Amino acid sequence: MTTPSTQLGRPVNRVDGRAKVTGEARYAGEFNVPGLLYGQVVSSTIARGRIKSIDASEALRLPGVLRVFTHENRPSLPWFDRKYRDDDAPSGSPFRPLHNDKVVYSGQPVALVVAETFELARHAASLVRIEYKPDSHETDLRAQRKKAYAPRQGKDGFEPPPKPWGHADKALDKAAVKVDAEYETPVEHHNPMEPHASTVIHEDDGTLTIYDKTQGVLNSQTYVCNVFDLPKEQVRVRSPFVGGAFGSGLRPQYQLFLAVLAARELKRSVRVTLTREQMFTFGHRPATLQRVALGASADGTLEALIHEAVSETSSFEDYIEVLVNWGSMLYRCDNVRADYKVAALDCYTPIDMRAPGAAIGVYALESAMDELAHALRMDPIALRLKNYSERDQNKDKPYSSKELRACYQQGAERFGWARRNPEPRSMREGHELVGWGMATGIWDAMQQPASAKAVLGLDGRLVVSSATADIGTGTYTVMTQIAADTLGLPIESVTFKLGDSSLPMAPLEGGSWTVASVGSAVKEACEKLREQLVTFARKTKGSPLAGVGAEEVVFAEGQLRNASDPSRAVSIVEAMRLGGVTHLEEQTSAVPSPKQQAYTRCVHSAVFAEVKVDEALGTVRVTRVVSAVAGGRVLNPKTARSQVMGGVVWGISMALHEETALDHTLGRFMNHNYAEYHVPVNADVRDIDVIFVDEDDTVVNPLGAKGLGEIGIVGVAAAVANAVFHATGRRVRGLPITLDKLL
Amino acid sequence: MKRSEGSTVGGVAPPEEPTKQRLSLRVNGAEKQLDVAPWTTLLDLLRETLDLTGTKKGCDHGQCGACTVLVDGQRINSCLTLAIMKDGCEVTTVEGLARGDALHPVQEAFIEQDAFQCGYCTPGQICSAVGMLAEGHARTDDDIREQMSGNLCRCGAYPHILAAIQQARRTSAKGEGT
Ligand code: FES
Ligand code: FES
Repeated sequence: MTTPSTQLGRPVNRVDGRAKVTGEARYAGEFNVPGLLYGQVVSSTIARGRIKSIDASEALRLPGVLRVFTHENRPSLPWFDRKYRDDDAPSGSPFRPLHNDKVVYSGQPVALVVAETFELARHAASLVRIEYKPDSHETDLRAQRKKAYAPRQGKDGFEPPPKPWGHADKALDKAAVKVDAEYETPVEHHNPMEPHASTVIHEDDGTLTIYDKTQGVLNSQTYVCNVFDLPKEQVRVRSPFVGGAFGSGLRPQYQLFLAVLAARELKRSVRVTLTREQMFTFGHRPATLQRVALGASADGTLEALIHEAVSETSSFEDYIEVLVNWGSMLYRCDNVRADYKVAALDCYTPIDMRAPGAAIGVYALESAMDELAHALRMDPIALRLKNYSERDQNKDKPYSSKELRACYQQGAERFGWARRNPEPRSMREGHELVGWGMATGIWDAMQQPASAKAVLGLDGRLVVSSATADIGTGTYTVMTQIAADTLGLPIESVTFKLGDSSLPMAPLEGGSWTVASVGSAVKEACEKLREQLVTFARKTKGSPLAGVGAEEVVFAEGQLRNASDPSRAVSIVEAMRLGGVTHLEEQTSAVPSPKQQAYTRCVHSAVFAEVKVDEALGTVRVTRVVSAVAGGRVLNPKTARSQVMGGVVWGISMALHEETALDHTLGRFMNHNYAEYHVPVNADVRDIDVIFVDEDDTVVNPLGAKGLGEIGIVGVAAAVANAVFHATGRRVRGLPITLDKLL
Repeated sequence: MKRSEGSTVGGVAPPEEPTKQRLSLRVNGAEKQLDVAPWTTLLDLLRETLDLTGTKKGCDHGQCGACTVLVDGQRINSCLTLAIMKDGCEVTTVEGLARGDALHPVQEAFIEQDAFQCGYCTPGQICSAVGMLAEGHARTDDDIREQMSGNLCRCGAYPHILAAIQQARRTSAKGEGT
């Protein structure tokens, strides 16, 4: 018999909250051990060319500087590309730090200075003299657009654009009403607050314990073992706390390579922490140029949908993400064409960044939908409902669940959408123009294979573990809830462990699939413990539950009870004693059920934004956002709300603030610090209202929950841009919407 | 050519390493006598020498507020402060806010309001909030937003940070009344 849920759906406080507010939580660069050495990275100053010479003599003359590692003196390492690949690597030849004298992007690590103190390492790094022989470089996507090509595939989870159907171009020509526009999105950098760092602890027997900033300890472990030819037993990677990552920790970054290299050569413990400036040197959200063309009949029926995108990649790998597939998933249309190309630049390979592909693809799509609604003189929600898709046309499959209509309806009601005057520039407050805009959001609801172990002790404590990560997403808390719920235990009796490569297998912490994947494994492992306990309680003579049917046993308040007569009960500890065991252990692997294959599984949202634009100055403020999300079952409304709220802040940021500016003459990102790379501060963020609409999904995974890490950002930039249009009558088709574009 | 790894190359005298100076600090209530090089920031002293890693480094340039600590009750960016400038001062870090097991009301409120996600900006936010409340200039929500704007939160917890500060202010107001 299934026990009514007591822990799931509750706004439980984060179980790691105390550690985080007291400063006890230690992040990768904060494990101090005696004799620790400090590594400082020297970054290239040219974008392409060769290193002519490196003169480290001045640095090495300083007492306390131990070594300067460069391509000239590094130990010999494997030659093959596959040794450097990782679970998130796209097709191509992965970047190898200190490999040879070639420079392939600006900011490339070209030397590591290792010294006894941080200050000394930093000073010594400034004394390393490097001469380059520069080659010409190309960092301008517009200039390289003509050379764009269909990318090689082979990145895990990538869905190529759908094959065209109907005759999109002809239908567009003939359509009664059409919009055809180009949108541009800039490079963005993840900029988690915690800089990337690796502390490599070199034990006397040569084994390594590595505290790494990563979204996948197993990914880092495999990488280190492959690159340095070490057996897994000698490398343990840990990341108990991760100070934000947003995708930047999906691939092992170069500080890990350099710290391990130095630790092995010097046989000492070494830490390498990147500077904020260096946080702009290993992957970013790619710049894109996108064309969206929509044709409709006079009543708003979509007749043609064309989405073409050119996105950047590096000279050595084909970074790919799902950019142009979303329109034909969200809207029914008989004539669809999508096209996705990449152009190589002399920059580092882009890397997944919160809602990769969707954040920028849906921005263009949903801006165009707003333009179409305006051209049709139709309400933006009405247009979306008119073309609402009941099936995913790309795959010709039904959705496992899709309560997007409820999102539109509840979001509009909360926002007060009905009071909107559709005319641009029709609403104002003092010197400010007021605009209301909306957009749709969509993201995948995926499940990956994952394992978990559950151990129950005679002290009544349950310890559950999996090699997953908590990058601020609430993994510790939600897994604790799932385990406690399954065994009817209070939260305080359960400990969840993660971020350790010695724990059972978990996928990379990304794609919003952690709850679905690891959560399902945690549930299964705990269910197996249940079965054992039920057997002990029913099969042991003299037990209060002897002879009771297995379906009749429920778990609550640390007890096994007879559902129809709760006075017949044994505690979990008592049941273990009845079974004559001192502890119980179960490890399981949860794999996606084959029935999922018959469905497309997605999370949806409707986003509403209010902006106020100073007419004279062009400054834009986002004063109100309502995000209504259909995310299946919400396991913890408190952390779930935080996830979506954080995503909305990212969306506001994308709409108004964020842009990494390239100087094409230097081939270099110029605003590589928090002063010039703008992210919102507290005063930039006002009311954010998050609604979770009811959505029942029995297919998506055993928990019925959909991940929420990504959906919060999707659609927000379009909603803000649409609101800016509504306020000003000005359609800005390039992000971010800065005041110069409005004046 | 392979580079030599010796510590004396050529005839040039090695640049001097800065001489350490004696410094006394009171850190979270404990007296410390330390020999500190003049180029060491208060932030690095706390994190690397005293193993007080609760104070975070987000930028090292005074741009993010992750390194906020209280010096003689005032909130400052410890990355912009050379340690030797604070001789004789009283430093409170996030590790020094709780009284035994009892958390500071601002810490309590941060947990209750879920005012963080990854937690990396959190010690700075909390120290900054404690300092801001002591300054006593924040009357409205907008004042709080403005006066907390030196502390970035990339996870975007701002509305909850505001809610936590409001909660802490209410509890301390009640505390004073009784
Ligand atoms: S680390 Fe001091 S302000 Fe960022
Ligand atoms: S909680 Fe992650 S940066 Fe604020």
